[in-house]
Amino acid sequence: MNSRYEVVIGLEVHVQLTTKTKIFCGCSTEFGQSPNSQTCPVCLGLPGALPVLNQQVVENAIKAGLATNCQIAPHSIFARKNYFYPDLPKGYQISQFELPICEHGWIDIETAELGKKRVGITRIHMEEDAGKLLHNEVDSSAVDLNRACTPLLEVVSEPDMRSSDEAIAYLRQLHQIVVYLGICNGNLDEGSFRCDANVSIRPWGQTELGTRAELKNLNSFRFIKQAIEYEVERQIDVIEDGDEVVQETRLFDPDRGVSRSMRSKEEAHDYRYFPDPDLLPLQVSADWVTRVRDSLPELPLVKLQRYQDEMGLPAYDAGVLSAERPVAEYFEGLVALYNNPKVCSNWVMGEILGALKDKNLGIEDCPVSPELLAGILQRIDDKTISGKIAKTVFEEVWQSGKSADQVIEDKGLKQVSDSGAIEAIVDEVIAANPGPVAEYRGGKEKLMGFFVGQVMKASKGKANPGMANQLLKQKLS
Amino acid sequence: MKFQNLTIQEMRQKLISAELTSVELTRACLERIKATDDRLNAFITICEKEALTAAAAADQQLAAGNGALLTGIPVAVKDIFNTLDVRTTCGSKILNDYVSPYDATTITKLRELGAVIVGKLNMDEFAMGSSGENSAVGVAYNPWDPQRVPGGSSSGSAAAVAAGQVVATLGTDTGGSVRQPASHCGVVGLKPTYGRVSRYGVVAFASSLDQVGPVAGNVEDCALMLSAVAGYDPADSTSVDCPVPDYLENLTAGVAGKKIGLPKEYFIDGLDPDIKTAVNAAIETYRQLGAEIVEVSLPHTDYSVASYYLIAMAEASSNLARYDGVRFGRRQDGNKGLIEMYQQTRSAGFGDEVKRRIMMGTYALSSGYYDAYYLKAQKVRTLIRQDFHAVFEQVDLLLTPVAPTPAFKIGAMTDDPLQMYLSDIFTIPTNLAGTCAMSIPCGFSGEGLPIGLQLIGQPFAEAEMLQAAYAFEQATDWNKRVPEL
Repeated sequence: MNSRYEVVIGLEVHVQLTTKTKIFCGCSTEFGQSPNSQTCPVCLGLPGALPVLNQQVVENAIKAGLATNCQIAPHSIFARKNYFYPDLPKGYQISQFELPICEHGWIDIETAELGKKRVGITRIHMEEDAGKLLHNEVDSSAVDLNRACTPLLEVVSEPDMRSSDEAIAYLRQLHQIVVYLGICNGNLDEGSFRCDANVSIRPWGQTELGTRAELKNLNSFRFIKQAIEYEVERQIDVIEDGDEVVQETRLFDPDRGVSRSMRSKEEAHDYRYFPDPDLLPLQVSADWVTRVRDSLPELPLVKLQRYQDEMGLPAYDAGVLSAERPVAEYFEGLVALYNNPKVCSNWVMGEILGALKDKNLGIEDCPVSPELLAGILQRIDDKTISGKIAKTVFEEVWQSGKSADQVIEDKGLKQVSDSGAIEAIVDEVIAANPGPVAEYRGGKEKLMGFFVGQVMKASKGKANPGMANQLLKQKLS
Repeated sequence: MKFQNLTIQEMRQKLISAELTSVELTRACLERIKATDDRLNAFITICEKEALTAAAAADQQLAAGNGALLTGIPVAVKDIFNTLDVRTTCGSKILNDYVSPYDATTITKLRELGAVIVGKLNMDEFAMGSSGENSAVGVAYNPWDPQRVPGGSSSGSAAAVAAGQVVATLGTDTGGSVRQPASHCGVVGLKPTYGRVSRYGVVAFASSLDQVGPVAGNVEDCALMLSAVAGYDPADSTSVDCPVPDYLENLTAGVAGKKIGLPKEYFIDGLDPDIKTAVNAAIETYRQLGAEIVEVSLPHTDYSVASYYLIAMAEASSNLARYDGVRFGRRQDGNKGLIEMYQQTRSAGFGDEVKRRIMMGTYALSSGYYDAYYLKAQKVRTLIRQDFHAVFEQVDLLLTPVAPTPAFKIGAMTDDPLQMYLSDIFTIPTNLAGTCAMSIPCGFSGEGLPIGLQLIGQPFAEAEMLQAAYAFEQATDWNKRVPEL
């Protein structure tokens, strides 16, 4: 990115888990409900209320840890992070500090500029979210605690990324993994996947890290890229002006594309972490880890490789089909019924994804199931219909939900492979086009396509194109 | 009607036989409270209306033959238990008008067993104190001597039982807060093993040390109250899922053949001579009852007060952060925004001792000091726990004094918090170790003040400890003496 400085980026991602209930109480986690309607003494932090750990949160943390090659700690500790803020009901956040549940992981990323790379994951820990402040009046604010105590995973990377592109590649990969695992809905707008970036620069060749700034409030991949690039330029300017970068937290303003200092190192909180005496140390048995490992879905990078190696798909196809778990599941369901991966890939990437995009539907709502689509493809194979007619059949199956066989029967779309019938049409075409016939016979052989087209048109697409071709060649020679 | 000489068991019999109704009993109890509480200041809130409603319901239950363990029995609880009908102040101005939207698990249990809750009892603010003097509504007075403290922090819980205002109460014990006032007031107070009783709904002081405990006029009633509130609670992750025995069942088992240890570190030179005499007499009684008495050692006892106050204050500094004026309780609005609101609310809402502990606890957890204070204290706690573990390999029970002196005069120690902290030396180690302990009356000082004997039991061996206490009570009559009011 810059000839004189190396950029160093580490990311902290908050992944909101899609459990039905909160991490330490039984309240619903549903988004968008009326303020404070989903609260109880525990998540309101009332005197005497005590937290009870949601086991599903632990299970999801183990999933995330295994999917990112972490070690799962058999013994981990919840700690209190103490600070005052109106959205934090107890005056402390229950988090993990010294002994998190997952450590020492990694994920692989790839960028056009820098190629393949392994990014280290320092740790993943569980914690509760805070509520939300609503600044709706001039001289006062309101607090909505529906979000308070909803479960989060904080995924902390090593400072291994060297460009905003690598940072984005890492985030996309992590995003894909947690959505694939079914533990996060991945919705950036709702704050289900939030990122803070630690950015510093150093002269090339220097081993120690430069002073970092922490960028907050990054809620889209585009803003993250913008914010990092702005920060790198800002730090270069500071250094080139002969000043020093100060350690601080900066808030990114996406409207103006700039960041401003929120607090300096001196103003940083002393969170006074200590083990939460209300929660026992968490024990995770080897059996539990094994059970979770066995239940993990195949992960996107593994699928990507398998689609190429075992199914022989091009890298592009494999990438599109493995990017989202429901698409991959659709595709694999289709291949199980119709064992020609490339044909399946063409249909899924072309017809299915195209039609879904037009109708603005997700693949979960696709009216043509893998079974129905396989039925169409089998009729092409056994030459009941041509590839062209198949498109018509597909549209009809989409509209009606009927099987391919039913549609072919109802609409009379069965391919004509009766040589007598085709011969009659061929004769008609030859008779109706004396000019092109003369030209063809004079050596203009590429006119064959025109004749085949005329035969198909006359047969309303139902003529077997191979047979039409063969008969035309005979009659025209 | 005079009910002060009745035990819970006697009240139950009279209620079941319809010799007495719960409404009559509750009225008598409320009258006794009204007649004596100017002198005692044991109650923060008297729930007359709620109590009479509960008593009427209890009478219906009794008439239908559906009486449970406490049906119709008037009791009172320390004002640290959340109750959804009346306010829960925790002895603090910051919760002066706070009404909880839920009942503590122990309160639910009492209600389900038919108990009639007649009021909420005085206490040191947020259970921080050893004298009852740190209450926002003023000190409760010792029923034996109005110039003296009743002990703390469960000051009202002990004073009310000693004065015959109610037959039994619930308190909480973080470093001796049930046992020490029980000792100073001449009643029976028990701190169960950590995890034996749910803490859900009990306003937290120091979460790893707090435990709910009953106070009663005799061992049997204390055992009955423990039966009522003990047990695993899924809402308290630190409560322990192990069976609760019927504490009344083998109360008469005696101590013959039991080994009772005397930790030498508890029989120190500074011990008040009257206490020394009373405890030595108690040892002799146990010997006569057939127990084997042996000297043992708990070598890290000297470090327990320092370790306890660091841990308790650190936890308290965090537990009390929620009193910020944002969502409930007192709010003192400034006009300069959020920080000023926090400062004014907490400055006006908390008393001096609470502020002192929040500041010291905050300091002990601060970056750069954590290892030297909080972490070191936790390591010492482990050593103290190991002391108890080792000693319980040798003996069944431990016997010690409860406090180094009888009840002291009001104001005598208010200028010397450290001296006050040191007065908890004999009760604190059991909270650090998590095991159970209780105080039973074992004599009187030359000035006529009650003296308590502490029995310390093995973890979850409350039944055995109660048997030993019962044997002593049967062999002596210290609990029969009542103060004149």
